[in-house]
Amino acid sequence: MRESLQATAATERGLVLEAREIAKRFGDREALKGVSLQAGRGELVAIIGPNGAGKTTLLSILAGIQRADGGSVGRPPGEVGWVPQQAAVYGKLTVAENLRLFARLEKCQDVPGVVERMLAQTGLEERRDDQVAELSGGNKQRVNIAIGLLASPEVLLLDEPSAALDPRQRERLWEFIGGLAAEGTTVIYSTHNVQEAERYAAQVVVLADGERLFAGSPRELENLVGATDLDFEAAFVAFLRQRGH
Amino acid sequence: MRWLLLKDLQILRRSPLLVALLVLYPIVIAVLIGFAISRGPEKPRVAFVNLVPPSASVLDLNGQKIDVSKYGRQIFSRIDPVYVNTEKEAVDKVKSGDVLAALVIPADLTQKLEAGTGPASVRVYYNAEDPVKAQFVQDTIKAEVQDANTALTKQFTKIALNYLDLISTGGQISIFGKSFDVLGLEKAQAIVQAAQAGLPANSPLRGDLGQVANFARLARQNLDLSNGVLAAVGTPIRADQTIVNGGTTPLDAFAVAIAVTVSLMFVTMLLASGSLALEREENAFLRLVRGLVSRTGLLVEKVGLAAVCAIAVSLVMLAGIALFVSLEWGRFPLWLVALLLGGLGFGALGVAIGGITREVRAASLLAFMLSLPMAFLALVPSGAVSSGLYDVIRVISALFPFKPTLDALNSALNKSGSIGLPLVHLAILTLAFGVIARLSLQRFA
Repeated sequence: MRESLQATAATERGLVLEAREIAKRFGDREALKGVSLQAGRGELVAIIGPNGAGKTTLLSILAGIQRADGGSVGRPPGEVGWVPQQAAVYGKLTVAENLRLFARLEKCQDVPGVVERMLAQTGLEERRDDQVAELSGGNKQRVNIAIGLLASPEVLLLDEPSAALDPRQRERLWEFIGGLAAEGTTVIYSTHNVQEAERYAAQVVVLADGERLFAGSPRELENLVGATDLDFEAAFVAFLRQRGH
Repeated sequence: MRWLLLKDLQILRRSPLLVALLVLYPIVIAVLIGFAISRGPEKPRVAFVNLVPPSASVLDLNGQKIDVSKYGRQIFSRIDPVYVNTEKEAVDKVKSGDVLAALVIPADLTQKLEAGTGPASVRVYYNAEDPVKAQFVQDTIKAEVQDANTALTKQFTKIALNYLDLISTGGQISIFGKSFDVLGLEKAQAIVQAAQAGLPANSPLRGDLGQVANFARLARQNLDLSNGVLAAVGTPIRADQTIVNGGTTPLDAFAVAIAVTVSLMFVTMLLASGSLALEREENAFLRLVRGLVSRTGLLVEKVGLAAVCAIAVSLVMLAGIALFVSLEWGRFPLWLVALLLGGLGFGALGVAIGGITREVRAASLLAFMLSLPMAFLALVPSGAVSSGLYDVIRVISALFPFKPTLDALNSALNKSGSIGLPLVHLAILTLAFGVIARLSLQRFA
């Protein structure tokens, strides 16, 4: 029932990414056990779960960094933007130089135009000639995300995007991500911060021990637990407990 | 790939201290190694006193004059002489440590030489506080005395030959200022034979005189043979030198090849290993290999960057060296080929290190720690260690690019040996280390 509701919502928005029965093993350990996921255009999807649940592994497979041992991903990795948890930028280069380098490597047609667009989109025009090493963590993360967006992907994967940011930087980051989604980019992000999942995600995917336990809206998760007086974090913990995690 | 190369050059440009260290350190090390190899120890300070009066410094051996002081001066090419007037003064200087040794030419040296009754001797006093220098002084003086002996022996031999010639053919000899006629065996034989002919046919003296004439003939013939024997006494053993392995590279020229190889090694290995490890430390590796650059392409870029930078440094270094040492610029294309293959070999080893260690600091440390033993092993000469150990050293050296690079550069710079084999060796090593580096990238992220 929940699956069909979620699929319907994604289809209504226009399905842009579909992963089916993704499985991954690391030696004897099953990191992912047949995880499926669907995301529609402009949808914000949060992947949450306890440590070791398989969040980063799932994102890595969607991004094409790791190969799945089973299952399929409906979109080639080259069409998906990927933003790693740690800023993957060169500290000795300026903001503009980093953007220019990756735009060239992405073989963008109009490199200067793309760089200007990204600088405007991230609000970093005034810091364009600053070396990235001199930027704050929040601004570094903006550059990190901007690089993921250079090829104008329909889907953007973010691994723990707000980790190591202070509350003010987090707020600005989510404003930025929200703006992307509003413009039609599908954003799938993993997070430890359950409140961020509730506040910003239209769809929450709960993973535990490599297994997908839930996919639906935050409200649906609260309703499933059946405790309307609990906040989302408490409902999430109760849900995990109900499922034996 | 060129954009990555450009990016790395931009990063280097923004790290002037790193670049300065990367360039200056290997040059300093290279120059020091070259200096140590090409330069012998300083001349030892030796007190020198010549007690032979100036009037007696010339030996008069039956008209043949030999200036002994000429042979004494010969020694000054290898020592720093400190002239003193007395033997005591010389010994005091040795005791006080002012000089390492004292060389005393006694006053009766020429008399003893003229008398020819036994060897004349010089006196040497050593200061053995520094065993290395003392040994060097001993060896130097011993070698120089030996040289002087050889030169004097030649002169004595010449005189001895004159005596023999006089006995054989006759002539005049001067003894204590008076000239005497010496008949000589040749004339004596002629006289005896004439006397023998004048005797009656049945005279019993004919046979006796015949024996005397025969003796004179045989003696003369054997004296002719003794010329060769005496000539051999002057130089009993002569060394005819033939080079079996390696070229005829002077030590200075070989030091240039070593210095350039050391620079090439340091710059390439540190840059290649560090720049690859930096991609991981900057978290950019996964972003790059996610379709933007292949893993092999990334390795090629790092090796290329390191090789290009190191070749540039090496060429600048060679240009600097050329101000002091004569280099054959006509062989420049061969220099480039040797530097290129050497750079690729070291670069491949560098990325293998960077790929295995995965951290800039660990990569730099390992590259540094591997470099010096690699260089020193390649420089161990045969004969310095046992043959078994030398074989092991040769095998180990062959596994790393230093030795073939040195051989290739020595050939390119100094026309020493073939360049083809070391280049092929380097190409194989580049491939092998490239494969190791590529495999290491499987677990790089």
